[in-house]
Amino acid sequence: MIPASFDYHAPKTLDEALALLARLGDTAKILAGGQSLIPAMRFRLASPEVLVDLNRIHDLAFVEERGDHLAIGALTREYALESTAVVARSYPMLLDAAKVIADPLVRNKATVGGNLAHADPANDHPAVMLAYNAQIVARGPTGSRTIAIDDLFVGLFETSLAPGEILTEIRIPKPVAGSGGAYIKIERKVGDYAVAAVAVQLELAGTIIKSIRIGLTNVSPIPVRAKAAEAALAGQPPTEAILEAAGQAAAAECSPSADLRGQVDYKRDLVRVLIKRTVRRAIERAQGARP
Amino acid sequence: MATHLKDRVEFHSAKPDGVSVNVPTTDDVRVTTPSKVCGMGHRMKRKEDPRFIQGRGKYVDDVKLPHMVYMDIVRSPYAHAKILKIDASEALATPGVLAVITGEDLKKAGNLHWMPTLMSDTQMVLPIEKVVYYAQEVCVVIATERYIAADAIEKVLVDYEPLEPVIDPFKAMEDKVIVRDDKEQKTNHIWHWEAGDKAATDAVFAAAHTVVEEKIYLPRIHVSSIETCGMVANYDKVRGHMQIYMTSQAPHAHRTVFALVSGLPEHMIQIISPDIGGGFGGKVPVYPGYVCCAVASLVLGRPVKWIEDRSENLQADSFARDYHITARLAADKAGKITGLQVRTLSDCGAADAAANPSKFPAGLYSICTGSYDMKAAHVTVDGVYTTKPPGGVAYRCSFRVTEAVHMIERMVDILAHQLGEDPADFRLKNFIRPDQFPYKSPTGWEYDSGNYQAALDKAMTMIDYRALRKEQLEKRARGELMGIGISSFTEVVGAGPSKDYDILGIKMFDSAEIRIHPTGKAMARFGTKSQGQGHETTYAQIVAEELGLPAADIQVEEGDTDTAPYGLGTYASRSTPTAGAAAAMAARKIKAKAKKIAAYLLEVGEDDLEWNVDSFQVKGSPDKKKSIQELAFAAYTNHPQGMEAGLEATDYYDPPNLTFPFGSYICVVDLDKGTGEIKIRRFVAVDDCGNIINPMIVEGQIEGGLTMGLAPAMFEEIVYDENGQNLTGTFADYLLPTAVESPKWELGKTITPSPHHPIGAKGVGESPTVGAPPAIANAIVDAMWHLGVRHLDIPVTPQKVWRALRKAGVTD
Amino acid sequence: MSQHEITVTINGEQHTRKVEARLLLVHFIREDLSLTGTHVGCDTTSCGACTVSIDGQAVKSCTVFAVQADGATIETVEGLATGGTLHPLQEGFWEKHGLQCGFCTPGMLMSARSLLARNPSPTEDEIRHGISGNLCRCTGYNKIVEAIQYAADKLRDTKGA
Repeated sequence: MIPASFDYHAPKTLDEALALLARLGDTAKILAGGQSLIPAMRFRLASPEVLVDLNRIHDLAFVEERGDHLAIGALTREYALESTAVVARSYPMLLDAAKVIADPLVRNKATVGGNLAHADPANDHPAVMLAYNAQIVARGPTGSRTIAIDDLFVGLFETSLAPGEILTEIRIPKPVAGSGGAYIKIERKVGDYAVAAVAVQLELAGTIIKSIRIGLTNVSPIPVRAKAAEAALAGQPPTEAILEAAGQAAAAECSPSADLRGQVDYKRDLVRVLIKRTVRRAIERAQGARP
Repeated sequence: MATHLKDRVEFHSAKPDGVSVNVPTTDDVRVTTPSKVCGMGHRMKRKEDPRFIQGRGKYVDDVKLPHMVYMDIVRSPYAHAKILKIDASEALATPGVLAVITGEDLKKAGNLHWMPTLMSDTQMVLPIEKVVYYAQEVCVVIATERYIAADAIEKVLVDYEPLEPVIDPFKAMEDKVIVRDDKEQKTNHIWHWEAGDKAATDAVFAAAHTVVEEKIYLPRIHVSSIETCGMVANYDKVRGHMQIYMTSQAPHAHRTVFALVSGLPEHMIQIISPDIGGGFGGKVPVYPGYVCCAVASLVLGRPVKWIEDRSENLQADSFARDYHITARLAADKAGKITGLQVRTLSDCGAADAAANPSKFPAGLYSICTGSYDMKAAHVTVDGVYTTKPPGGVAYRCSFRVTEAVHMIERMVDILAHQLGEDPADFRLKNFIRPDQFPYKSPTGWEYDSGNYQAALDKAMTMIDYRALRKEQLEKRARGELMGIGISSFTEVVGAGPSKDYDILGIKMFDSAEIRIHPTGKAMARFGTKSQGQGHETTYAQIVAEELGLPAADIQVEEGDTDTAPYGLGTYASRSTPTAGAAAAMAARKIKAKAKKIAAYLLEVGEDDLEWNVDSFQVKGSPDKKKSIQELAFAAYTNHPQGMEAGLEATDYYDPPNLTFPFGSYICVVDLDKGTGEIKIRRFVAVDDCGNIINPMIVEGQIEGGLTMGLAPAMFEEIVYDENGQNLTGTFADYLLPTAVESPKWELGKTITPSPHHPIGAKGVGESPTVGAPPAIANAIVDAMWHLGVRHLDIPVTPQKVWRALRKAGVTD
Repeated sequence: MSQHEITVTINGEQHTRKVEARLLLVHFIREDLSLTGTHVGCDTTSCGACTVSIDGQAVKSCTVFAVQADGATIETVEGLATGGTLHPLQEGFWEKHGLQCGFCTPGMLMSARSLLARNPSPTEDEIRHGISGNLCRCTGYNKIVEAIQYAADKLRDTKGA
């Protein structure tokens, strides 16, 4: 399948990119990893007049721990998350997700920023970043701003990024001692989008879940948190009954669609089961009982 | 001496030398030649590999000819619609667009808008009145570049008037909406076919102690070889010669069909099937795209290339399966199977274009009594039109044997479970016994040889079956779900004897032409066409076995109709049974002539000579000998007076019977009660394909076939919505297993040679695709039988398991 | 519709061409540079038959525009063997019967090369995950895994020598 024709620019700096976007307006689309955009273009589901390729802007790709947060440049490839020691050591939920995004070849090109900016509820990073309570840094013609992850996803394939704004960095707060996180994804086969997936980041205080954030993948039109499940777990000991109740709450509050991946009742029940398993795994990590 | 062509080309009807009738089963691969000769049984590294591992294969899309242009296809977005108007003016006005061809154009060019199918039905090449399947070819565009052609198809405007689609084959049988109004008889019912004895079977069922009945649906699937279909057609107007590079599993048959359909003289058509990236039956039918490509080249007088996209391949090319089966199995008080009744509705799509031998609209489906001895059986199949792509026979099915075996293995498992008997013991009790071979089945098959007990025993030993059953009980007590599934299949391949088998009238022999050069190297050409099965190696090994010529010195060629002897191609696991036999027979003719030359050179009578690996030697004086290489040289330099020079032979082999590979597979699964996910813990496959040519290649065929059995069992299904639109038209939703989903297959073997095949071999490529799906389905149902689950249709997905569990009141 | 001049180094040779922005890298490699070892097998970035190495990373070349590869160093299957000597992966695929029709093979080789460069001693599970972006219809994957294990052993032995 062959894309329609387009004009192409490959700016070398962020300023150059911003200037291009300002000039071209909505005729232009950003090209990052291209692993979602190019397939769409090959089917002519997307036919932008102009592509602004960010891949030459090398200072947008980095993974570094800075004091109280992990900073990830938007053009960081998924593979880089798999191969950076600090991620495995201190942000295992992020590694969980990176390992299940598409396949290893796609992960050599696909970017963390692209995965978020596309705002596809089927993508894996949105739920993870919601669970981490990440911050997004964006640069626009008028300068930089920070967007709380809870404010990023506003519609199907729609973020709160302004026209001409580029997502440049993701900041994940460094988990405190006694924290743990996990991401479990059910997929029909390796490389597929999730039938359903759950991201949990929690902090234990003794045997109680002190705080918890839960993100859900592909069971709603917009990436969402399972707030009712969070409420059922926060301040509670993780007993079977409480986990089951939280699972049921998450199953009820999400809004999956029926498709080839599954019927609605199946997806809801997967959420219920995954909530329990993901919380348990996050707790095991919080207790240092598993990597 | 006579020098007529017929002296060198013999048809075979007599049983050839080689293997006796009462065949014992062994374990050991027979190796009789040293490794420098590398005859049968050697794990010879493949001769074709060097080009593939260095990226120097030549596939159809690699062909680049001077002045070559590109074809792309405008396809229907409707499953059923009238065509009101086709406006190609904008496309034609685009720079680089050379032509647009519509159905009307083909009609004017000599009624080429319709073509015959392999089942003697007709199929539209390009439509004039209406379209009858989603993604049907509507018109084609030819442009100077691939990318321009892709743009141009978007510019063709077609006005449709949608008609009611016909998606449900049962509703189609009601004839409320007719798919083929071009037919005289306005009905969707294409044919009715029966096998077996209805009265005898009815009687058996009336007297039966136990009867089980089940509805089994095998959904549409698609071969999805990694290379899609395509063609480069190159018509030379000056010579009046059409050269075609084509993804074809049967180039000679295709050449003959093209000649008959186009009126081009057959000797002026050359079809070259180069390296083919997987066939599996998907490259046997003649697709409209091929015909349009050839016509385009004819019209433009220059090479035209057409390579389909994956979406086109998945949405319009020949599907496989789509059988709606209702089966009943009867048993007596002792739990012996007595009879089988099967009714089947075959959803054929918009034309009966299945690639079956012409007398068999349901292929070899009546093999469905399987490995079991029973008194009577009655099978009926009805073919029906729907507004879906035509096809049906593909995906390594051996002409519908996948459907037959899936049905009988599910039914036997259901019956065993219902009677409370262990499924392995139940099978052992009901198998056809070795002393019953050759076995005449209630539907008229004569199975050549088999030893089903040995294969199942071996599989049970390999997997430690009894221990697994014990473990299953223990796990069940703890609420854990573990299942064990068995499939003991009988395959039937090697089509086929001229008495019964033909494709559009062409008998299904196959051929080998072997020529030995003066310096002792050989060329061997065949009428088959490998798409990965390794013929360049295996055929060389067969000839090496017969003549002692090193396999490395034998160049095997297939696929060019100008040079290869006529054959019916490679599919349905027929190559080893037919062309492999022809190779041996042609080699034996050469050996007979070589013996004469040896007698002459050694100055003895032929009766004084004996063969030893690669030489004729004088009995009692082994140092007086002549090697095959010396004899080849002598054939050109020092042959007896009155004998023709040269050392070559051709054989067109008409097999006396089909061959019957068999095996037993055992699958162990663990189910996740929370998510319904299915983990295949172990899968043991014991196969018997008779004598083995190259054990490594046989393993590769089995492992590959097992993964293509896993795929329909758990992942693949073509899904249409209520409008007949294909929802699984890309690999994003048509799910092929990766190395992660595909288990580490464990292989075993027994060897029970075919008594009628010259080298005792049977063919193996499709056995695993036939045997694996029921083993997996049986395992999953077995895990849940105690919960009241009797049957699940494939693909058995986690969602289906989850639903069955929740219905049974089981949760995590 | 913009045309761009690009320079790529492919299997050690530099090439400069003028291309449309929308030209997919796989078509550039196959048609413009006549290196047909890299194959097209699907249209949804699913099959991996088009896998090449770009600046040391294994990438599906059907999902990259040729213009993006301007200045890049590309390796395809045709460049794996050096001076007539097969790469241990090519040897392994041949020894272990890791191919049948050969269509997925170039992509598998390039993918496996990347896997072994990152993980010289992969477990079987790591190999299977490592090649999960490459579909094969013929082999059932077992012998591909064995071929890669063969190559891993050979590469480690050669390194140690």
